[in-house]
This record gives sequence, structure tokens and C-alpha cells, in this order.
Amino acid sequence: MADVRIEREVVIEAPAEVVWRTITQPDQITQWFAERVELELEPGGQGYMGFDEQHGGPIVVEVVDPPIRFSFRWNHPAGAQPVPGNSVLVEFTLTANGPERTHLRVVESGHELLAWTDAEKERYAEEHNAGWADHLGRLAGLYPRGRMG
Amino acid sequence: MRTEPDDELWSAIADPSRRRVLDLLVRGGEASASSLADQVPFSRQAVSKHLVVLEEVGLISRRKQGREVLYRVEAARLDQATRAMAELASRWDRRLDAIKRLAEAAHAETNARATSPQK
Repeated sequence: MADVRIEREVVIEAPAEVVWRTITQPDQITQWFAERVELELEPGGQGYMGFDEQHGGPIVVEVVDPPIRFSFRWNHPAGAQPVPGNSVLVEFTLTANGPERTHLRVVESGHELLAWTDAEKERYAEEHNAGWADHLGRLAGLYPRGRMG
Repeated sequence: MRTEPDDELWSAIADPSRRRVLDLLVRGGEASASSLADQVPFSRQAVSKHLVVLEEVGLISRRKQGREVLYRVEAARLDQATRAMAELASRWDRRLDAIKRLAEAAHAETNARATSPQK
């Protein structure tokens, strides 16, 4: 089965420890990710990411290796333990690029990635009414930073 | 109607070189294999192989014009393949930008506190 995978990167002018806190502390996570965040920061730790009334769900922490790697799984079927094949894996990798610069990479992958988007297909349908030109803009989003051309 | 693209479609799009060929067709409209090959850093043979794969999954179609074979994007199929994934990608871009702003602000604050008493 093809692995659906999205990989994005950013360079941050701050030490890896600072970036680590931004991506792992619940009061920070609420500022860039979900509105409601619960997180046990340890391998196997349970958590919850809530986006609004309709969207959100439990997560399970997989890797905690400060300040280098942090990953969790989500979007698994209700009541099931998330494993490869029934869930989406989100992996953050931090690479120190000098004392005050960090390269942050995120990879979201899993067979269920599409099912997750399917849950929001109404929204996609609405957005898609913006037409083909808008769609081309989104295609650009598939490419690594620096984009096309 | 199913909106999820099938696995072959994802595999076809997963290859960066193939995406590049596809991208040229998206941007430039119809093109022949040789004109595409002029615009990429890989061989004409490689371009032809990519075109075969893209055509097999229905992302592009071909027609003959004189002695030339012209390829073009099948809009509906491409749309199906890209819209969900592109949306996810741009969503992560927005999140990473927010992380960058937060971390850099936190770092600037720490630096300001550390240096202000002396200077």
C-alpha cells in the first residue's frame, strides 16, 4: 500500500531546546496547533487534541527524545490502540544548525491520512468552488519549500 | 462518489521527478515529451517513463497532432489526487510558521533578559 506522506520543514532562529518546548508543552501547542491540548510527554503517553466542537481526538505519544525527536499517533479508530496501519503518525525532527538555529522537520504519514481528510471533505468541496486557479496554488503546496519555479 | 485517490495514484505522485513533469504540464498546458525533456534535468527516456506512469493512472492523456504526441493533464483526476494532500501540506506550513514565530519570540525574550542588566 502506498504510504501517504507529507513532509514540511522550517528553519528557526532559536536553539533546539527552545523549539522543543514550543512543540511539546501544552500551553505552547495551543498556540500553533489545537485549541484544547492534553499531553503526557512520555512514550506511550495519552493525550488529546481538540480543534473545535466537531474535530479532535485522542493521541498516543510514540517517541520523546529531547531535543531531537518527538512523535505521536492519532486518528486511530475509537477504542483501538494506534498502530501503523490504523493511524496517522506525526514526527518532529529537530536538527541544531549552530547554537541559535534549528532546522525543524515534520512528517505526517499513514494510510489513514486520507480518511481523515475525507472527514472534512465538505469543507474541501466548499473551498474547491474557488476553482481551478486556486487548485493550482494548492498543487504548489505539495512541493518542498522553495516551491516550484 | 469516492474522493480518496487509490494507491497507484499516490505512488505516481510520490516520485519527485514525476511531480516535476506533471507540474510542467499543469503550468504549460499541452506539451510533447521532447519539449518536456528540455525543461528538466533528466533524460528524455526518463521523461517518457514518467509519462507512461502518469498516463496509466489517468493523470494525463495524450493525443496525436501531426507527427507529434502531445500530453495534457486530466484536470479532474489531478484534482482528486492533490486537493486533500495540498491542503494538509499548507496546513503544516501554517503550523510550522507559528512554531517559528513562537520559538523565536521566546528566544529573543530570553536573550533580552540575559543581556539587559549589563548593557
